[in-house]
Amino acid sequence: MSSATVEAPPKAQAHAPNGDELESAGRGGWFVRITIVLIVILWTIPTLGVLITSFRPEDAVNASGWWTVFAHPFRATEWTIENYRIALDQGGFGNAFLNSLAVTIPSTVIPITIAAFAAYAFSWMEFRGRYVLFVIVVGLLVVPLQMALIPILRLYTQGATLFGREIFPDLSLQGTFLGIWLAHAGFGLPLAVYLLRNYIGSLPSSIIESARMDGADHFTIFWRLVVPLSVPAIAAFTIFQFLWVWNDLLVAYVFLGGAGQNRVLTVALRELVGSRGENWHLLTSAAFISMALPLVVFFALQKYFVRGLTAGAVKG
Amino acid sequence: MSVTSEPASAPGLTGAPPSRRFTGVLVLLLRVLVAVAVPVATFSLLWWTFEFLRDENANRFIVVGVAIVVGVGGVFALYWGMNRAVDLFPARVRESVRPYVFVGPCLVILAVYLVYPVINTLLISFKDANSQTFVGLDNFKFVFTDSDMLRAIRNTAGWIILVPLAAVSIGLIYATLADRLRRGEGVAKSLIFLPLAISFAGASITWQLIYSYRPQGFGSNIGLLNGIMIGLGQEPVKWLELQPWNNLFLMVIMVWMQTGFAMVVLSAAIKAIPDEIIEAARIDGASEFQVFRRIMVPSILPTIVVVTTYMVINALKVFDIVFVQPASAETNGTVVVAERMIRWFFQLNHNGRAAAIAVVLFAAVIPVMVWNIRRFREEEAIR
Repeated sequence: MSSATVEAPPKAQAHAPNGDELESAGRGGWFVRITIVLIVILWTIPTLGVLITSFRPEDAVNASGWWTVFAHPFRATEWTIENYRIALDQGGFGNAFLNSLAVTIPSTVIPITIAAFAAYAFSWMEFRGRYVLFVIVVGLLVVPLQMALIPILRLYTQGATLFGREIFPDLSLQGTFLGIWLAHAGFGLPLAVYLLRNYIGSLPSSIIESARMDGADHFTIFWRLVVPLSVPAIAAFTIFQFLWVWNDLLVAYVFLGGAGQNRVLTVALRELVGSRGENWHLLTSAAFISMALPLVVFFALQKYFVRGLTAGAVKG
Repeated sequence: MSVTSEPASAPGLTGAPPSRRFTGVLVLLLRVLVAVAVPVATFSLLWWTFEFLRDENANRFIVVGVAIVVGVGGVFALYWGMNRAVDLFPARVRESVRPYVFVGPCLVILAVYLVYPVINTLLISFKDANSQTFVGLDNFKFVFTDSDMLRAIRNTAGWIILVPLAAVSIGLIYATLADRLRRGEGVAKSLIFLPLAISFAGASITWQLIYSYRPQGFGSNIGLLNGIMIGLGQEPVKWLELQPWNNLFLMVIMVWMQTGFAMVVLSAAIKAIPDEIIEAARIDGASEFQVFRRIMVPSILPTIVVVTTYMVINALKVFDIVFVQPASAETNGTVVVAERMIRWFFQLNHNGRAAAIAVVLFAAVIPVMVWNIRRFREEEAIR
């Protein structure tokens, strides 16, 4: 990725707990620590506010700011889990949560699989137009999502005709899971191919060559060798795509609609803001329900995240 | 690795001249066939599942279960099947067809979901509200004359300058400082990264608890900022209606969400700078600030540029933060380009204008795209 970091030595050397490390850690001392604590506090306050509000009873939420709980944090009347119960039952957030799962998991796995195969072909197979096709894929990285929505929506509701002939049938995909899976797959592919090709292309060619010498075909090399070696990059993109699909409002709003059986969490959340804009106790618990899973996924996979994203930057 | 196109190793192309042309056509046909077959098969399988999903609307757990199984297993199984099928081809064409099993599906999906829309949107942008008749450049005239649109363009310009600037600078400073922590670096970084896991819709609720305003006499203020104002003996302020500063307050939300991303990527780049260089500078008597400015920043400049570009594109596409605000974006003057597009398409029902706005957005991204491709070329050259 960056030419300046190509010759970077392995990280282990820089991070061994030697005297050097301790010395540089001491540098700046208090200034460093105070600045960091300050930024951390600033960055955490909004989330903390939501967390606290979501556990306060309605009356208390409306009567005083959330920060006032710090005055008497152990008073039992200050806390409740009722909000979560109401949001899950009445707000339809339980259903929306399941819908979000049904949308997000295939919308993450499908593009990754397709992109991994394509990235392997772009890196290690030879065919006509390889370079041009890859450049086109990277170019599509910057097509604004908004631009694709209108034509896709028409494709879903009317099909497509060219010179009076139907070239794409009307499948009434509007409002269905399948429609949104494929849409997310399409929108996620350029970034996925780009990231994975960066990583897969930088694997040592000696490994691939020797596997070929041993008579392995492309599919075996891909599945047995390249995929296991690319776990960091795949995990990085998994987090990326998962967070993006889970948190997406626009695509879900357009393709699944604002109401009905199939609406997802973000859409439900937006409806709640519209209809119950002042019910902070419900809004905050709903918001936290929608944050819960991404936080779990993020913390579970975060060590891969940095490694995978920056893999192209420090080519080995 | 070389970037030469047609492989000399393809056995199918070394035959005798008469059969060569025939084989060439055959190979081409097979390539197209194979490239289309995987998506079609995938689609059929998913379609079947989807019919099932429609029937079983009642039990959500089954629906979700099936969705996961099909998503995880189905696509891979199809590639495996196609690869088997290619093995049945005559040996001479096999290896020149196989790459298209691997890339074909990707290309077909991209063609349907990104290339086709770009062309289609271009066409619609020259038509009227219902895409019936051509209206020439009327929609574009609207984009550059309508007062809300002009304001949206100005605001978006603000977003794409200020948000990346703030997010990257804070991320850079934080990454540099966190690198020197003796312990707790992981925790410190995770806390900054955390907002990235929150949706824009969730984030705007989160920030309502900061910006919320209630007039005097309508209950106490539950927004933190107004809590502080009252604590200081001031009148509460309607932060989100305070033009033009309300734009800035909304940008803060995006900075809050994106700084973590910049920080994580920049931090990895900083760690890759060889220690000897930094130590040498220190021994030569450079101050910490000089080390930062003269050594660190230039070393990671390529990464800074990449992160900044990513942020610019994100800021250009911003829509959710403005869209989910309870108050109207028009009256508050917080309109942005992408939000205008959604509004014109879904609420004001004018396809032509919405498409024209999308085309303008795309045009704004073209320079970034050109630069991106050029960078890839350079990369390929040093590979």
